[in-house]
Amino acid sequence: MSYLAVEDLSISFGGIRAVDHVSFDVEEGEVFAIIGPNGAGKTTLFNLVSGIYFPDGGSVRFAGRDITSLPAHRIAPLGLARTFQNIELFEHATVLQNLLIGRHVHRRSSALSHLLFLPAVRREELEHRRRVEDVIDLLELAHYREQRIANLPYGVRKVVEVGRALCLEPKLLLLDEPTSGLNPEESEDMGFWIEDINRDLGVTVVMVAHDMGLVSRVAGRVLALNEGRVIAEGSPAEVQKNPAVVDAYLGAD
Amino acid sequence: MVNFAQGDLMMLGAFVAVTLIGDFGLPWVLGLLLSVLALAVFGYLLDAFVLRRVLGEPQFAIVMLTIGLGFIFRAVAGLVWGYDPQSFPTPYTGKSLRVGEVVVSYENFAILLGTLILCVVLFLFFRRTRLGIAMQATSQNQLAAYYVGIPVKRVFSLVWAISAGVAAVAGILLAPVSLVQPGMGFIGIKAFAAAVIGGFGSIPGALLGGWIIGIAEQFAGVYLPAGFQEMSAYGILILALILRPQGLFAQIQRKKV
Amino acid sequence: MRFLFKTHYNQDIDHLKHGGDRFWYGLLLVLAAAAPAALGTFYLGELNLVMIYAIAGVGLMLLVGYTGQVSLGHAAFLAIGAYTHSLLLGAGLPFLLSIVAAVLVSALVGAGVGWIALRMTGIYLAIATLAFAMLTEQTISRAEWLTGGFRGLAVPQASLFGMPLTQGWQHYYVTLTLLVVTLLAALNILRSSTGRAMVAIRDSEISAESVGINLAVYKTLAFALSAGITGLAGALFAHRLGYLSPDAFTFLISLQLLLMVVVGGVGSMRGVIYGALFIGFLPQLLAIARDTLPPQIAQAPGLEPGIFGLILVLVILFEPQGIFGRWLKIKSYFQLFPLYRRATHRRQKTYLRTERLR
Repeated sequence: MSYLAVEDLSISFGGIRAVDHVSFDVEEGEVFAIIGPNGAGKTTLFNLVSGIYFPDGGSVRFAGRDITSLPAHRIAPLGLARTFQNIELFEHATVLQNLLIGRHVHRRSSALSHLLFLPAVRREELEHRRRVEDVIDLLELAHYREQRIANLPYGVRKVVEVGRALCLEPKLLLLDEPTSGLNPEESEDMGFWIEDINRDLGVTVVMVAHDMGLVSRVAGRVLALNEGRVIAEGSPAEVQKNPAVVDAYLGAD
Repeated sequence: MVNFAQGDLMMLGAFVAVTLIGDFGLPWVLGLLLSVLALAVFGYLLDAFVLRRVLGEPQFAIVMLTIGLGFIFRAVAGLVWGYDPQSFPTPYTGKSLRVGEVVVSYENFAILLGTLILCVVLFLFFRRTRLGIAMQATSQNQLAAYYVGIPVKRVFSLVWAISAGVAAVAGILLAPVSLVQPGMGFIGIKAFAAAVIGGFGSIPGALLGGWIIGIAEQFAGVYLPAGFQEMSAYGILILALILRPQGLFAQIQRKKV
Repeated sequence: MRFLFKTHYNQDIDHLKHGGDRFWYGLLLVLAAAAPAALGTFYLGELNLVMIYAIAGVGLMLLVGYTGQVSLGHAAFLAIGAYTHSLLLGAGLPFLLSIVAAVLVSALVGAGVGWIALRMTGIYLAIATLAFAMLTEQTISRAEWLTGGFRGLAVPQASLFGMPLTQGWQHYYVTLTLLVVTLLAALNILRSSTGRAMVAIRDSEISAESVGINLAVYKTLAFALSAGITGLAGALFAHRLGYLSPDAFTFLISLQLLLMVVVGGVGSMRGVIYGALFIGFLPQLLAIARDTLPPQIAQAPGLEPGIFGLILVLVILFEPQGIFGRWLKIKSYFQLFPLYRRATHRRQKTYLRTERLR
């Protein structure tokens, strides 16, 4: 049984099949990329896996558990974190607070003890902060720690969002277009971080990407979608040469 | 854009009409047209000088701003016209219409007819005219509307002008049955309930919402103990929001990510 | 400009960040405790009212400023707290128990409202809370067997530790203690994961969900907390009024509470205190202003709500961050002098977009 098993997943919006009988498997420890032209259903697929949409048919299994009908807030504690294509950070909070919010699933104390801020709560807070500092060190965010998201440049926000996802201490990380809108150096850095996250932290990564350079560098296997359907699967080199993929990107005549 | 001061604009419209017709002795139809026009100009200026500044601010700011404006209007109306309820003379006061067994007073008939005409006109305006369609576009996506060349600011001012003018019509229609006084705008909350039940942005929906509330109030008045009549509108509003949090004819969907 | 050199995470967690804070807040507390000795009965009473407003404001701020849920109906929770407290006190319950019960009942109703309002956002939520407040007002005025309706309900005299609370200074100390406790509790919530979850919901529901925050639980919790705290203010307000009737808890009160939060500065607890001072002393200022105005205007009955409306409009137009925001700007002006630019605090505009089916 593979780590993340997507089987026969479908959803339609107002008669349009956004995702049409898609199946794929992700093995533990790999970097898996999903590519496809605009409107291919990549983000919708992510939304289905992470519990933001519920499919019309098919199933999603994660670490041997059926998560098809679980809502997002019950999927996150299982060790699945994600980022968003258009960045969904907590705008009016600082970077530190954003990362601390990322540790929500690791809270152990109750709201009542928060009211009194019992010593146990303080110990827990210190523990959260130590873990958050590790992420800050890894992603080199120390300089921005106390700044509000609203004041940060786009590239940094993108990194903070990955950082927030890492604070969940996930086993599986879904990255939706981690390099879109970044300049070449920032993309390069992001590529290194994805490799680090995968290799050093042992996190399985599934990412949606446009940037074929990044995909061939970090991804082991690639899935190509077009109009909601799988058109190719294999190593980056194989998929890039696949005629169906070439047609989808350049238009078939 | 949400306007919590709509009821108070209606009240202003009624007062202007009372002044023009009752005090200045203008002919009824002329006074009516003039007060609608006056309110439309007022709405335009209100947007141009006050509301335009909060364009692009969170919705919360607009809600609070219009609530504040409503209070100002009420205080000003109280200063100018006083707090004693005034009656509103119409050419049709006291007469009634007989249709077979049913007797309807002309005042209520005027409300019915006026509402129908207004709805048809507005419906056609939003469906058929360039300006109406531009307004719909603006309400859906301000930036995109601006990019395709719609003068968003002017459109907003015009929306406010129309909305104030419509409020004036409503005020004038309502004035003969409920006296004219600064507090009459509170019925605006019920209008809100109607709009919410119908779903914002849908004129037939608002009409249906209004009917539901009106009928329910009458039934509650007849069949339930005293007090339930006033409560029924709010009860229905809450019920409707529980069942359809985005209105019966919802157009707004969950945010995309 | 002060730079803090942090050596321990505790420095981020503590309420008082450095020696200066400790000094000023300590001084404030001493001054507040000494106030009865210096102030006459009238101003002590007014200060008491300001602190009651501040408690209610803390409750509303948690909901509006930190969880991002607008409520136009908080007067209802004030009323529920006031009536519960008075009725239980009348039934012979001790003062403290009755206060606790008032808080719990308000919190329970708040949780109910929050639960009902779960799927609503923005203006729909605002309208629903408004309708809820109207319903509460109507219910109180109709349930004469319980509340006395418009005839009113006399608030029984309370006694604390066997000592009857008759003097103004006694009520003042009770309110001061409860305000400090409320503020500490609210700040504790805000520095823990519960408070962060609220902020997360305010800023982005969708990513709050995807980091594992249960929206239903935390929105309901925020409503319950907010309503409970407002109910506490209601219980104290009852003693201030002495005689309860439904027209003491109208929409105007809800609006005043919101005005306090907005004028003070949305998203800061210090703003609540500024806002409460402002709202509490505004009637005094108006009374003074009345003497200088021509009588036709000064004696007009609707003047006060009109002024409230005017202030609300002016604040929203010119200083949406309220008094607290203005204070921050003045502070950074001097800290950065002569480098301060207006753009330092420029707000980002967000343009309305609605996703439509058709």
